[in-house]
Amino acid sequence: MNRLSWVVIVWMIAVFAFLYAPIVSVVVYSFNDSKLVTVWGGFTLDRWYIALWNDRQIIDAAKLSLLIAAISSTLATILGIIAGYVLVRFPKFLGRTAFSGMVNAPLVMPEVITGLSMLLLFIMLQPVIGGRGLITVVIAHVTFTLSYIAVVMRSRFLTLDLSLEEAAQDLGAKPLKVFFVITLPIVLPAIVSGWLLGFTISLDDLVITAFTNGPGTTTLPQVVFSKVRLGLDPKINALATIIIGIVSIGVVFAIVHMRSAERRRQMDEQMAIRAIAKA
Amino acid sequence: MASSDIATRASRLPASGWLETLLVSLGIRGRTLVIAIPFLWLLLFFFVPFLIVLWVSTSFVVIAQPPYTHACPDGGTFCLNISESFGRLFDDALYIKAYLNSLQVAALSTVVCLLIGYPMAYGMARCSHSTRNILLMLIILPFWTSFLIRVYAWIGLLKNNGLINEFLIWLNVIDTPINMMNTNFAVYVGIVYSYLPFMILPLYANLEKMDISLLEAATDLGCKPIKAFFLITVPLSFPGIVAGSMLVFIPAVGEYVIPELLGGPSSLMIGRVLVNEFFSNRDWPTASAVAVAILLALVVPLMIYQKYQDKELEKES
Repeated sequence: MNRLSWVVIVWMIAVFAFLYAPIVSVVVYSFNDSKLVTVWGGFTLDRWYIALWNDRQIIDAAKLSLLIAAISSTLATILGIIAGYVLVRFPKFLGRTAFSGMVNAPLVMPEVITGLSMLLLFIMLQPVIGGRGLITVVIAHVTFTLSYIAVVMRSRFLTLDLSLEEAAQDLGAKPLKVFFVITLPIVLPAIVSGWLLGFTISLDDLVITAFTNGPGTTTLPQVVFSKVRLGLDPKINALATIIIGIVSIGVVFAIVHMRSAERRRQMDEQMAIRAIAKA
Repeated sequence: MASSDIATRASRLPASGWLETLLVSLGIRGRTLVIAIPFLWLLLFFFVPFLIVLWVSTSFVVIAQPPYTHACPDGGTFCLNISESFGRLFDDALYIKAYLNSLQVAALSTVVCLLIGYPMAYGMARCSHSTRNILLMLIILPFWTSFLIRVYAWIGLLKNNGLINEFLIWLNVIDTPINMMNTNFAVYVGIVYSYLPFMILPLYANLEKMDISLLEAATDLGCKPIKAFFLITVPLSFPGIVAGSMLVFIPAVGEYVIPELLGGPSSLMIGRVLVNEFFSNRDWPTASAVAVAILLALVVPLMIYQKYQDKELEKES
């Protein structure tokens, strides 16, 4: 492998600085003891966190958002597993191109269009599903998160070794049993990361929610958006720091897990090689 | 293994089981049922809504709930109204300006993302295996934190008394703050910042798989590294370039949050126009016509993107 030129290395450092500088600044200013967010007024550990905790509007919206994200991501994961499975295992069926288009398009479709179109559907369906509220928001969130999860599941199913499923079939397991007893447990890590991805995307959505919700269901991003529009608010910095903290801990766990999985794999390989060498 | 091979092997697995027998006796094969669940969901909640947008874009505004109708203004029961909602898009210069501005902002942001992201992805793909995974995590990490909060962070940086201006004044580079907030510049910064990972990831996925021996062969034959880069690496990474560009360009055209928070009244973008027509003016037919117009601009990019996705599915192993 040829060595990287220093120009590329400097470039990479600069890009990471660009990606992380805004995030770091938000975290730092959540510990700023001044109402003016960008003027440093000394260090405070908990001033804005206590203010955040006492802001009923934010806390209620956060609870609602977590609920919506949990329900939506769970439903979307079920649909996403099936969609990913269909895309890999069934290469020919009537409407396959349409299906793959409908799975891929929500990933890039401008949110204002998805939001508007779903709202118009919900208005038409009003006699069936009732007014807008939790149900319509969940349906909307399931629809666009399911695409992300389907893409995650699709790449997992693509790299899946079929021999285990074939072995189970040969031993007499029925197709449904094979799917639930063999296939699903193998792809479980992908299902977990798909669910987490769906959860964060749902938790973060502003535009589609704004179109599809009713008066009683104001979510966290909507509260944040209305506050941010009025200017900087140190409580938002505190909220951002909490979110960033949770995500960072999760990612560190994932890296540690990946590292140990990699090491286990290498050890297994070495043992296999030694076993072959002995024989 | 190509996906068609997997499918052939999978199809050889015998189909039985009481549920399947039951369904077959009802005339439904398990396979059809499995396909139908996600298919019908997406059909009803993703595709049909577009037809409704098209339908509403041909209606008249009324003061009612919902505020659109297909009843004729002269008392007839059914009329299509194409001239008013679509006609307004051409009559009022505001719409055309916003439309063209959005396309320009999205295109230029895509180019900037590519210029920043390509060397980044190239560098990542040439790192050692363990470093690669960590760098990849670092690229994905901001994507997992809130999009809204990342845009919010830029307000604190770009304001007149924000961090960038304070820093430049402290360095004595400038005396008076540069006005960056509420300008087109801020919108570009916000879009490039938010969408950069979407450019880097497909580029990286492509460059990572590239066969290094081709470059070695070129060097052995006396090709300079720079020349080899432009003659071999760049053309081979073309699918990654296309995928990344579509992932940035398509959503950026309809972007609403970034111009709303970072841009001023002059940074007119079509997504903002749509939201204003819908929520402030309660003009649903015009809002729908704007949506149809955005979709028309995106048909070709969407098809390119879809084609790439299908190719990837075929190629991946």
